[in-house]
Amino acid sequence: MIEFQSVGYGYGGRTLFQGLSMALAPGSFHFLTGPSGAGKTTLLKLCYGELVAPQGRVMLWGRNAGAMDRDAVALARRRIGIVHQDCQFLDHLPVAENILLPLTVAGRQAEGDANLRELLAWVGLTQQAGQLPPELSGGERQRAALARAVITSPDVILADEPTGNLDWEMSQRLLTLLIELNRMGKAVLIATHDLNLIRAAKAQVATRILRLRDGRLQQAGADL
Amino acid sequence: MNRLAPILRTTLALLGQLPARAAWHGRRALAFLAGDPQADRAVPPTGFTAWLTLLTAGAMAFLAVFALALALATDRLADRWGAELAQTATLRLSAPGEELAAQTAAALRVLEQTPGVAQARALTPEENQALLEPWLGPDLPLESLPVPQLVEITLDGGDFDAAGLRARLEAEVPGAVLDDHTRWRAPLIEAAGRLRGLGVLSLLLIAASTGAMITLAAQAALAANAQVIRVLRLVGARDIYIARAFVRRFTLRAAWGAGAGTLAGIVAVWLLPSADTAGGFLTGLGFQGAGWLAPLLIPVLVAVMAFAATRAAALRSLRAQS
Repeated sequence: MIEFQSVGYGYGGRTLFQGLSMALAPGSFHFLTGPSGAGKTTLLKLCYGELVAPQGRVMLWGRNAGAMDRDAVALARRRIGIVHQDCQFLDHLPVAENILLPLTVAGRQAEGDANLRELLAWVGLTQQAGQLPPELSGGERQRAALARAVITSPDVILADEPTGNLDWEMSQRLLTLLIELNRMGKAVLIATHDLNLIRAAKAQVATRILRLRDGRLQQAGADL
Repeated sequence: MNRLAPILRTTLALLGQLPARAAWHGRRALAFLAGDPQADRAVPPTGFTAWLTLLTAGAMAFLAVFALALALATDRLADRWGAELAQTATLRLSAPGEELAAQTAAALRVLEQTPGVAQARALTPEENQALLEPWLGPDLPLESLPVPQLVEITLDGGDFDAAGLRARLEAEVPGAVLDDHTRWRAPLIEAAGRLRGLGVLSLLLIAASTGAMITLAAQAALAANAQVIRVLRLVGARDIYIARAFVRRFTLRAAWGAGAGTLAGIVAVWLLPSADTAGGFLTGLGFQGAGWLAPLLIPVLVAVMAFAATRAAALRSLRAQS
């Protein structure tokens, strides 16, 4: 679905990474780790076409992202659910409408009405559906972001430090939700520093752990 | 005849000849105006740009009504001046007192036989006196002055040959001078034409200013909503979806503002004194007949311009933000 072929990226004269190759296959579960500033968020942005690789190719469902026009990138993003650390909501819209936003922009609002109640119950936000995002706690925002990421039933879920603002119990709950999605055949890629989260995931699902260090992507896991 | 009227008629005729295409565009326009409530809600209302657009469109539409009235009025004026002066000519006869009556009679005979002349009449001494009175006063001893005899010629709009008539008069009535008003008519028509040009130029400047202001307001709204745009993109919104939310909002605001401004402008023009009551040029500025419908095009044109300006600004801004 998403494949990196010898991808290199840098900015300001600094190389973040180079010769990076990897693939996200259906049903795969990846963790991406590495020190701060190693390029984890950049790698995720390359996955959903917000950035374009100057070296190598990022293939999105068989198409070179660098050669895709803006509309094609937008359509590809509809197949990717994204959970940001800072969540990024439309603060003037209630939580329910924020969760429905991917369907709204795709002109598929009708599908949302049936799924929304179930999805809100799944992430435990039924009571908060009418609230505005600034009124939610950090954990509630993360769960709302996850609900928004999965409402279109995307093929891939990308999460950037999804548990950064959460306590352990809430992190476990979020991980459980992501594992459930993975068992439905979704590819999951989580960028995180949280080793406890990775260990908890390894105990429940087959994961592949990638470490971004010194501009290279390494296979990790044995030491975790 | 009003020279702008044929343009309006041609436009309407062209629209009438394209029913299927017009219907398709009409349906699209209605769908655009109806909008997508969900999509509209994605972009929060922005206070100052909303007021800026409304006020700008209103003020410019108000001015546009006057510019349009000026253009139409000068168009009528040029036609009237041209038509009235083109239908008359004047013959001036200068001769010693005892020969003047004979020359006048000879000139009238020539004029009676001239094609295109409907009527020729020698002005009476009283009429001559009245003509000179504004400059020389009422107690003018006209009989003691070598005042030329004037003959008023009314043309029937047929084949009047001024050059041919001059040649005949030169032979039969030496000293007769024919004035077919060309010298007077040309600068008057030119002046009216320039006034009309000023009216049209004003309309164009108003249109350009409106477009520029709406573009600036739209760009400000887009810049203020950068985070909203980022979130919409993140969830897979295409540029046209994001642009449409802004474009529809600005188009409707501009249309409402222009509608109010046009209405105010029409009322203001209507309140001007009528030409019949006060006379003079400016009092004839109002619309006449079907001309009252012309200002109704202003809100439509402003909306079309706002649509085009906002769409271009939004797509350009979205490209720059990527």
